[in-house]
Amino acid sequence: MAGRRAKTKKIVIDPVNRIEGHLKVEVEVSGGKVVDAHCSTGLFRGFEIILKGRDPRDASQITQRICGVCPTSHGTASVYCLDNAFGVKPTTNGRIVRNLILAGDHIWDHILHFYHLVALDYVKGPGVPPFVPRYEGNGIYKLPPEVNDFAVKGYLQALEIRRIGHEMMAIFGVRGPHVHGLVVGGATVVPTTDAIVGYLWRLKEVEKFYDEVYLPTVYTVAKYYPEGFNFGTGCKNFLSYGVYPLNDDHTEFLLKPGVYTEGEDKLFDPEKITEYVKYSFYDNRVTGLNPKNGKTPVANPEKKGAYSFTKAPRYDGKPHEVGPLARMWVANPILSKHASEFLGKTGEVRMRDFGERAFSVLGRLVARAEEGWLEVQAAKKWITELKPGAPVYVKADVPETGMGYGCTEAPRGSVGHWISIKDKKIAHYQVIAPTTWNVSPRDDAGTPGPIEQALIGTPVPDTKNPVNVVRVIRSFDP
Amino acid sequence: MSLSRRDFLKFCGGTAAGISISQMFIPEIVEALEKAATTRPAVLWLQGAGCSGCSVSLLNATHPKIADVLLKIIDVRYHPTIMAACGELALSAIDNTTKEGKYIVVLEGGIPIGANGKFCVVGEKKGKEITIANLFAETASKATAVLAIGTCAAFGGIQAANPNPTKTAGAVEFLKMEGIKTPVINIPGCPPHPDWQVGTIAHVLLYGIPELDSKNRPKIFYGRLLHDHCPYRGFFDDDTFCKDFNDKEGCRYGLGCKGPDAFCDAWKRRWNGGANWCVQGATCIACVEPKFWDEYAPFYE
Repeated sequence: MAGRRAKTKKIVIDPVNRIEGHLKVEVEVSGGKVVDAHCSTGLFRGFEIILKGRDPRDASQITQRICGVCPTSHGTASVYCLDNAFGVKPTTNGRIVRNLILAGDHIWDHILHFYHLVALDYVKGPGVPPFVPRYEGNGIYKLPPEVNDFAVKGYLQALEIRRIGHEMMAIFGVRGPHVHGLVVGGATVVPTTDAIVGYLWRLKEVEKFYDEVYLPTVYTVAKYYPEGFNFGTGCKNFLSYGVYPLNDDHTEFLLKPGVYTEGEDKLFDPEKITEYVKYSFYDNRVTGLNPKNGKTPVANPEKKGAYSFTKAPRYDGKPHEVGPLARMWVANPILSKHASEFLGKTGEVRMRDFGERAFSVLGRLVARAEEGWLEVQAAKKWITELKPGAPVYVKADVPETGMGYGCTEAPRGSVGHWISIKDKKIAHYQVIAPTTWNVSPRDDAGTPGPIEQALIGTPVPDTKNPVNVVRVIRSFDP
Repeated sequence: MSLSRRDFLKFCGGTAAGISISQMFIPEIVEALEKAATTRPAVLWLQGAGCSGCSVSLLNATHPKIADVLLKIIDVRYHPTIMAACGELALSAIDNTTKEGKYIVVLEGGIPIGANGKFCVVGEKKGKEITIANLFAETASKATAVLAIGTCAAFGGIQAANPNPTKTAGAVEFLKMEGIKTPVINIPGCPPHPDWQVGTIAHVLLYGIPELDSKNRPKIFYGRLLHDHCPYRGFFDDDTFCKDFNDKEGCRYGLGCKGPDAFCDAWKRRWNGGANWCVQGATCIACVEPKFWDEYAPFYE
């Protein structure tokens, strides 16, 4: 009827579980679809305040505690940032060891994400806690019994395989989570033939799982949930800082840095990043800054109109999605044979061959599994490039003053650290964690963040069991 | 199955003949646990101000495998990282468990008490937000025991490091402020080794609360000074110190190793299925000690 608004219903999901951290999502549903969404994060710890005045070298330990699922990525961003500020360049062996630590981390984390965080939205687990209670209703769990059983078996197998992946990471990272093997100036584990063989042996086991279980299961889920390619679209802007430098000058990467904004590919420039706080629990005076001079004061959860502890980072003023889909879209590498099969092609296919379908819940899950496969292949090559016994570390004395930044990619997205050093102490440190990009609230112009945008249009046929809403959220791995 | 407490402690300590350290949980123990767990104790695993790293570490358990821990030994009613449910549906599992009684609370992460606890909001019920301070106080008051897993839960952790902007407290300190007398076992470490977590849970199930040190840590895992048992101790006594991280023929003390201050058994237990451990590959940061972020920093000096 003209002039009359359709009836809307508000759904609050708090906590959103099977993620890292504390997240509340509020959606408005009208006509069976989401018409508005707000993402609120529930935790403030004050890392940037705690870092101030400390020995700069300790940043690579401290910042890993931002996230226990992706500490290695924070550690990597931090040591790049410190190398930059200290003016040191690690050895080739040091660079490769760092790549192998980070690859080990990505490879196991992709498995954890799909099986232990995401799968229970599609696969019916056993009828005991922690698998129940769960959303119930017609058409939620659509896998035929034998496929469902295979996926449940995969869930248990994946627990083992992710542990082996973790061991792989610890061979050069020393232990995990929270590695000791990343320091300014390089790494701490000098490769021995023992370490190389130990890594490779485990990698082969993980590779088999990717090839025989993980990739086939992702594409099987995609077959039974074809509608998953039609929602969760998002802002269609992608950002990747680039990851795994292939030379010591960091000018070539396995997955190259780049930006895809409003349909155009562009070069990445860290100066174009700004963070906004109008809707975040921080003083409005710190809005609109580039992280090299950004500020994170103690939050004020009572701030009027604000609804999240997360700031709203923007690239060139616009929201950008980060994560496996962004990286794979930007770099557009060749995918596995499973992708060719799925797309019904005989030859090689690339990420962009998925076309618009990639901008979706399933597109993100596919991109993630495919990226893992690519990382497994790359790690197999890198491990043979190590020189046993050759130095992994160059001396890195704390400079009197200095400035630097370090950018890399966590499994879930772009991670950047910025530092200034004065009197050999940290004068300023800023972090933009991957989830900050994706889970961002509205910016000062009122533009919603990537997950908020991706939720718009999500079908919610049953407001008591809004499973598609959590499917969209988890596809970003917040 | 007659497994004495003494044998169990021997296994935990890796001192029983013929049992390698990584096989802390031999099949007999798993079997005993499964029997003891015919009434599997309900566990509420809460996450406060933290990073979920302790849960990720727990997933690395090898003996028993994590699937057995979760499905056969304990009855996990609430765990934010692994449970299927979300929102009020998930929170209802907490209410049902506290009504039934006889449950254990595991706390991962610290408790911020600044801003009325609003630095850590963990859910919402009927339009009212729930802070970890509220939820932990409410569930801990009726629990059989509290397991404070990780240095954040035990002592406040990284967010409690100077200047502690959110006024975060560990479990013992927080419960004392609230006047709650439920016993607390601390299992610190950043993260704690999976064996320390599973081993303590196993001890509680089989024999009750283990013997604790002055910092509420089980002596079976935290009873000895790392430095006194370090395989590189000979180098220390000989004044042979590593020059830098490329140099492995020496004691790591000169690189900033905090082994002389850390009470834990990483020297024999190692990490990640034995793949490596802190002092072998790099240095110790004393992550099992209270306030280590302030007292033992800088870490590389």
